[in-house]
Amino acid sequence: MRATLDQIGSIARRSIVRTLRQPGALAPTIIFPLMLFAVYSAGAETAEKLPGFPDVDYTEFAFAVPFMHVALFATGIAGTDMARDIESGFLQRLALTPIGGVSLLIGQVAGAAVMGLIAASAYVVTGLIVGVDVAAGIGGWVILIALSVCISFAFAGLGLAIAVHAGNAEAVQGAFPLLFATFFLSSFALPRPLIEVDWFRAVATANPVSYLLEGERSLIIVGWDAPALALGFGLSALIAGLALMISARLLRTRLVRT
Amino acid sequence: MVSVGLAVAWRTIYNALTNRAFLVPQIAFPLFFFTAFAGGLSSLSKVPNFDYPGGYTAFQYCFVLLQSAAIGGVFTGFSIARDFESGFSRRLLLAAPHRSAIAFGYALGALGRASVTWVALTVVALAFGMEVSGSGIDLFGLALIALCANVAGAFWAMGIAFRFRTIQAAPLMQVPVFLLLFLSPVFVPYELLRGWIETAAGLNPTTYALEAARSLIAGSPEEVGLAFAVMVPLAAAAAAWALLGLRRAARAG
Amino acid sequence: MRAADNSIEVEGLVRAFKNGPRAVDGIDLRVEPGEIYGFLGPNGAGKSTTVMMLTTLLPPTGGTARVAGFDIVREGPKVRRVIGAALQEVALDPYLTGREHFRLQASLLGLSRAERTRRGQALLERVGLIEAADRKTGGYSGGMKRRLDLALALLGEPRVLFLDEPTTGLDPQSRSALWEEVARLAREDGVTVFLTTQYLEEADVLARRVAIIDNGRIVAEGTPAELKAGIGDPTVEAVPHDPAQRAAAAEALATIGTPCAAPSELGVSVRLRGGAADLPAVVRALDGAGVRLAQLHLHEPSLDDVFLAKTGRSLEGAADGAEPVNPPR
Repeated sequence: MRATLDQIGSIARRSIVRTLRQPGALAPTIIFPLMLFAVYSAGAETAEKLPGFPDVDYTEFAFAVPFMHVALFATGIAGTDMARDIESGFLQRLALTPIGGVSLLIGQVAGAAVMGLIAASAYVVTGLIVGVDVAAGIGGWVILIALSVCISFAFAGLGLAIAVHAGNAEAVQGAFPLLFATFFLSSFALPRPLIEVDWFRAVATANPVSYLLEGERSLIIVGWDAPALALGFGLSALIAGLALMISARLLRTRLVRT
Repeated sequence: MVSVGLAVAWRTIYNALTNRAFLVPQIAFPLFFFTAFAGGLSSLSKVPNFDYPGGYTAFQYCFVLLQSAAIGGVFTGFSIARDFESGFSRRLLLAAPHRSAIAFGYALGALGRASVTWVALTVVALAFGMEVSGSGIDLFGLALIALCANVAGAFWAMGIAFRFRTIQAAPLMQVPVFLLLFLSPVFVPYELLRGWIETAAGLNPTTYALEAARSLIAGSPEEVGLAFAVMVPLAAAAAAWALLGLRRAARAG
Repeated sequence: MRAADNSIEVEGLVRAFKNGPRAVDGIDLRVEPGEIYGFLGPNGAGKSTTVMMLTTLLPPTGGTARVAGFDIVREGPKVRRVIGAALQEVALDPYLTGREHFRLQASLLGLSRAERTRRGQALLERVGLIEAADRKTGGYSGGMKRRLDLALALLGEPRVLFLDEPTTGLDPQSRSALWEEVARLAREDGVTVFLTTQYLEEADVLARRVAIIDNGRIVAEGTPAELKAGIGDPTVEAVPHDPAQRAAAAEALATIGTPCAAPSELGVSVRLRGGAADLPAVVRALDGAGVRLAQLHLHEPSLDDVFLAKTGRSLEGAADGAEPVNPPR
């Protein structure tokens, strides 16, 4: 057990160091979602006037979006790092050590999870500056960061699965449109009941991203909504578990060892 | 000069259409934006004083059309940056007797790439039930506005690519264009914007292009002349920016 | 360490890929403890595939092999514990420093913190990377990367070391330095070294014995001297100043050795049974015949000549075939 934790710790340390040493890749993942948030919250502010819209500022309604957005980047960061290790042969270097496949995978997502933590913290600071009022109070801010980190971890796992399957960074980048689609085909801009187009509402209802967003949003506009939070944390755990399971299975053909 | 331009354009279009890694995002992203905005935000048209006769689908179609035009132009800048990194640009600079033709060739290529996206977008929008009330001349005007956006985006990105000659400069190409697009009346008409976004949109040339485009597709052209008065000089300035950058790149060897 | 545990024994080793060629087609070899064994062949011959199997990174499809006494299929983890490998791709993380690479690998090998520091420091000094240790490897030169790779391969104090084309792309100085280090490892530390290369000189200089592999099969094996002697005697080529004197030169040389084809059109050649010791007689014979020489060359058989004799192709001009090291999906 101790050896396994050491292994995970070593790989995680490397993953975090790599991520932090790429400020050119890190900065956009923090800044871009904030830019989008500024644009959405100002541009669609009139949505507040729609009958049935919650009794909050649109800025507060939209504030959950950057926390979810950063998860998309987590997919790219974790996936690209893994793909590079496969392409460069670094994975073979690791294969010559006693490290297990699952330990390797868990460690590899650490960098993306830390990126999620830094980004979420930056968004919290931004929210405080622009006067976002989180209904769940100080504890809500903390849980917001924690949920964001969990979601980043889960999506990083998806990135790993894509990388291990395809073995190259291009495939990871090529998957980005699909992830983008899952983000946009959700309740990112309006509450689900206010989505007019029937098929879109149905897709948003079936889309797990809606529940991840709504879990975060519940802390901001409702307060302590246990079912929403349970769905948010539960779904991220499920996505993380499935992604790691798939990755571990696929890794057996990549990390071939007798 | 024409043959150089056509050769560069052919290569740009061929690479874009035969490489999945380029083709998929180029078509997919605009379609996602369109689907998300037209599908997910259509109830915004119910907001009081949302006076747009053309329907929310057409409203968002115009935004995504201009967005895909401008960002499609930026993708050409990415290709140029990659060409510099691989050394292919040196081959072009050596071979072309008139180097400015290279820039125009890339711009033509960008237009070719964008046309593919526009066709896909239009087909999807019509399938969505988009109302098109504009006449043939109105729609031609709409296409010209999109063309200006594409040219401006392409030449802007080219100028960056020629100066920096690395794909690491991609954010410099993309972010200003992105800001110009999104600091405009994306979700609601300009009259419904309030606060800092209203000020920003008022100063943004994209706003005039977008509002004109929306009026054209709705069959009630408004301030189209103003839109061209803003967009044509913008595209010309971007072209000058690109040509000066090309000169710099040629000097650098 | 017990000498007998440092050996490599291979019997009928095969690696066939699905719907593809047999990259390794039944090879037998034995590497003695503490020996430097050269595995020489052109691109696509099966060298790297062999290394991947012996380092347990690719299961064989036939045959058996034991490394340091452990079966490569049934005792993979035990094999990995006693080997070190510097594979064909240097495979470093450009964002980590040299020292951080040691820290990562040592930690994964289960070394204590004190041991990590001690070994890391010693190895960095040994390969001359102490000053660059805290720089990111993305900024290292090719030679520095290879040296770091070798040092990392030695981190676990292996009994058997696999080096897959370790000097590819290095300048002559870096290459010599690496050769010295490899020779020292075998000589002083008793490490068994399995070295693959496509450079004749490298195999000639470093290896005690060499196996030549082509199309997945070993076509020759022995010490470099044995292999070359098996091809034939050295030849001497005389190029007269005046081409009209070729006939006279040929007649004079025929009294010393057996005539054979000359490498150049202007020269005449004979095979010398006595080798370099016959050179004075050659000079006297040509001088006696009044032949004024432009050039005189002594050609010792090379490993390339060995390869040529066994395969009909020159090793140095051999076809570039991509070697399917990783199994197709």
